[in-house]
Amino acid sequence: MIKHEELIIIGGGPAGLSAAKSALEADLNVLLIERYVRLGGQLIKQTHKFFGSKNQKAKMRGFNIATLLIDGLKDAPGHLTVLTEATVVGMYDERIVTVWHDATYKKYQADAIIVATGASEKFLAFENNDLPGIYGAGGVQTLMNLNGVLPGTDIIMVGSGNIGLIVAYQLMQAGARVTSVLEAAPRIGGYAVHASKLRRLGVSIKTRTTIKRAIGENKVEACEIVSLDDQWNIIEGTEETINTDAICIAVGLSPMHQLLSMAGAKTSYISELGGLVPCVDENNQTSIDGVFVSGDASGIEEASSAMVEGRFTGLIAAKKLGHVTKGFDKDINECRDQLFNLRRGPCGLKIREGIRKLREVNDHA
Amino acid sequence: MGMRIQNHPILEFTEKKPVRFFYEGKQMVGREGDTIASALHANGINVLSRSVKDNRPRGFYCAIGNCGSCQMRVDGVNNVRTCITELTPNMHIERQRGLADDQT
Repeated sequence: MIKHEELIIIGGGPAGLSAAKSALEADLNVLLIERYVRLGGQLIKQTHKFFGSKNQKAKMRGFNIATLLIDGLKDAPGHLTVLTEATVVGMYDERIVTVWHDATYKKYQADAIIVATGASEKFLAFENNDLPGIYGAGGVQTLMNLNGVLPGTDIIMVGSGNIGLIVAYQLMQAGARVTSVLEAAPRIGGYAVHASKLRRLGVSIKTRTTIKRAIGENKVEACEIVSLDDQWNIIEGTEETINTDAICIAVGLSPMHQLLSMAGAKTSYISELGGLVPCVDENNQTSIDGVFVSGDASGIEEASSAMVEGRFTGLIAAKKLGHVTKGFDKDINECRDQLFNLRRGPCGLKIREGIRKLREVNDHA
Repeated sequence: MGMRIQNHPILEFTEKKPVRFFYEGKQMVGREGDTIASALHANGINVLSRSVKDNRPRGFYCAIGNCGSCQMRVDGVNNVRTCITELTPNMHIERQRGLADDQT
């Protein structure tokens, strides 16, 4: 039996929660589906304070933002149903989804769907990269900040983007030792403020350096690192073996486009947005009528922009279903302004370029 | 080997209640709020599964239920994603081989 829903939101992270809030405020009935046992997405493990402006909860710690977003759903006029520990395993024509929940498959058909599935961590090719003790940096953040367990005592971080730098710092806060942060590029990828904090703690950040192989029987015991030249080639003879019991991989994120691809939404590979992304119009609608996307699933950015995109997409989806809120135009413009501001300046260059390319793909379609 | 965080400038873990569980029949203790994978880590168990073809050891990677390298047999059910499944009292957790189709 297929159950009918007005709006289904897939993913209860910053984008999904914000979308739910604006859809509920427009008096929509919402089914919010989350894979984990609780809502909040990756915010629940983020102990650092956010940057940016007050609109995006700057100066608050990630896990507190999650609580704020969840609490914000309580008083809205629309009706909210939340399924946790529920995985959407299929998405088909006519906005039908199959959900694995409570050891059964459930089918729903919705008037509109917002896909807010977020992102997955990229992997890196090197010898023995499948040994236990090699984790995604985000995976380690979950293990330590949510469960209170450290992955090891002497840790190597591969990648110096903001996730690599922040998780390395948080590992030190939690009592582990980060022996090195490796960066293949000639320069540190993340913000200087995060890198400086690490350096003050004595962590060495090695640029033009990568991991060649992991060493160990049933668990990582050491790794071999190596220098790279200007063409990213290994410089033979520069190998160095470092003892370590955990290696974190922080080499970027990929949008979780899989459900949209399965449903036949048009996608395009845009490296600036993190890989394969759905082709969306200016309202975040995919090539499938009534199917929207927001947050990292539409291109890798920050949780701050995911919250704004979520709010935006929720309003748009509500309008599509005939629920135009009072102050709709003002709210939409506010979202657009906030996104514009978040994507401004040198740090937003990549995302601006990605969005430009995506528009180009759409125009040629 | 994994270990519990003792002191943390922002988070508080010490008040969590102990949770008894069994790994390969052996009694172990996790804590309230643990996933199965984190409880095993805290007990020094890092090899959660084996690769299908070459039987290579696998730990968890993503901790968000995405990659599948943490799948184990839990209370007789195969292929449970232990990184997103919360530990509950008296759970029986076992390693499985590959996709474990023949173990059900």
